Amino acid sequence: MREVDLAVVGAGPAGLTAAIEGAKRGCSTVVVDMNPHPGGQLIKQIHKFFGSREHRAGTRGIEIADTLFHEAESTGVEVMVGAEVYAIHDSTLEVAQTFGEDSPILPSKEATTSHSRPLSIVARRIVLAMGGAENALNFPGWTLPGVMGAGAAQTMINLWRVLPGERILMVGAGNVGLIVSYQLMQAGGEVVAVIEAAPRIGGYGVHAAKISRAGVPILTSHTIVGASGESRVERAVIAKVDPSWRIVPGSEEELEVDTICIAVGLRPNARLASLAGCKLHYSPSLGGWVPIHNSRMETTVPRIYIAGDLSGVEEASTALEEGRLAGICAAASLSKERAGDPEEIKAIERRLLSLRSGPFCQRRQDAKQELIGIGETQCPK
Amino acid sequence: MRVIHHPILGDLPEVRQVKIWVDGKEIAARKGEPIAAAIAANGTKIHRYTTKREEPRGVFCGIGQCTDCVMVVNGVPNVRTCITPVTEGMTVETQHGAGRGGR
Repeated sequence: MREVDLAVVGAGPAGLTAAIEGAKRGCSTVVVDMNPHPGGQLIKQIHKFFGSREHRAGTRGIEIADTLFHEAESTGVEVMVGAEVYAIHDSTLEVAQTFGEDSPILPSKEATTSHSRPLSIVARRIVLAMGGAENALNFPGWTLPGVMGAGAAQTMINLWRVLPGERILMVGAGNVGLIVSYQLMQAGGEVVAVIEAAPRIGGYGVHAAKISRAGVPILTSHTIVGASGESRVERAVIAKVDPSWRIVPGSEEELEVDTICIAVGLRPNARLASLAGCKLHYSPSLGGWVPIHNSRMETTVPRIYIAGDLSGVEEASTALEEGRLAGICAAASLSKERAGDPEEIKAIERRLLSLRSGPFCQRRQDAKQELIGIGETQCPK
Repeated sequence: MRVIHHPILGDLPEVRQVKIWVDGKEIAARKGEPIAAAIAANGTKIHRYTTKREEPRGVFCGIGQCTDCVMVVNGVPNVRTCITPVTEGMTVETQHGAGRGGR
């Protein structure tokens, strides 16, 4: 058993900043992540980020992951990778090691009876930052090998340097669909088309322009009708949709592809929060079921805080700020001396507001306000 | 297919090779990579067959959340191959159903 002031689940942008703020305020802090690397999904973001300089615009995600990890280490945070939290009860996190050279998941032939060496962490405060998960899309053939999340393909090419297929159909022209299409091309794949059911491209024009210039058609008002093949994707049928999202008869077109990437949004990865007893609220603008939290990022379960995509699917930039906020508030709740300068919280709130302004983000700002409004009545005072 | 050259990430760095056995066939993997990457590089897409309908499944989420890519690893079923690194001499088998009792 381990005892710590602050335990953080998830070593992505939100979890690492929460841990850094906690450790800076004197909390003994551990971060637990099931992946083999810290950094969450930043480790596959090889494009430069947008926004202002304070949000690391012009920096590639992979570099931000490095910087955060080193900052965490230098402030005394213990980052535990290859370790999965499978239960939380009261103040205790139950952790199973998922792999590793010396105790690994199982892959040792000598240890097939016990998959893992369990560990209990008792924490005075918990920050959950498990991020989001990609949505699936249901169409005939959607379970065939070769249909995968766009993020999965991005992980394969940028992190593991393996191209999952050679001729790819991208479903969804939001930022994820557009960016991953371009990165698949950088990795040597051929993107046959990007289709989008909405009448207009959802992502930024600059991303769309890059793939258009390379000759990839972006077909708006198009959906996928089905995928087929012998035990794997060999072709896809796409078709036009009318303004009420119905398939236009006779508009079907067959494409020869071996991979279909799905980029139709993400949802908060709220399972562990739900297991821990956090009440959830359904918010379409935030990606689905999201744990209720107040303005201090505390959930309906006292001493459990959340941050990042788990508290509503947004961007890495907002995750960095929410993580800071959660870390500061969790530490401050342990002792007044740890609260630090109250201006810090105000500054974070100002930056979050600016990140959530503009035509793309107003909906999220409104949804966040609604969620926090519910949180102020249901979460601990 | 391995991504050898990359305009942003540069050439694929040399790392130690690890040998693993996939359905009885020896394949070369890169130290530190997950099983799913090694077998994708080898052209394999089917990781398992479902219990009731014996339908093929492959990698879907790639980050350990959906469990579509599970296989039998060193005799243990339901191992998420997308987040489990290869180790020297590891045996990996296509999983059928729940992977127990030869079903």
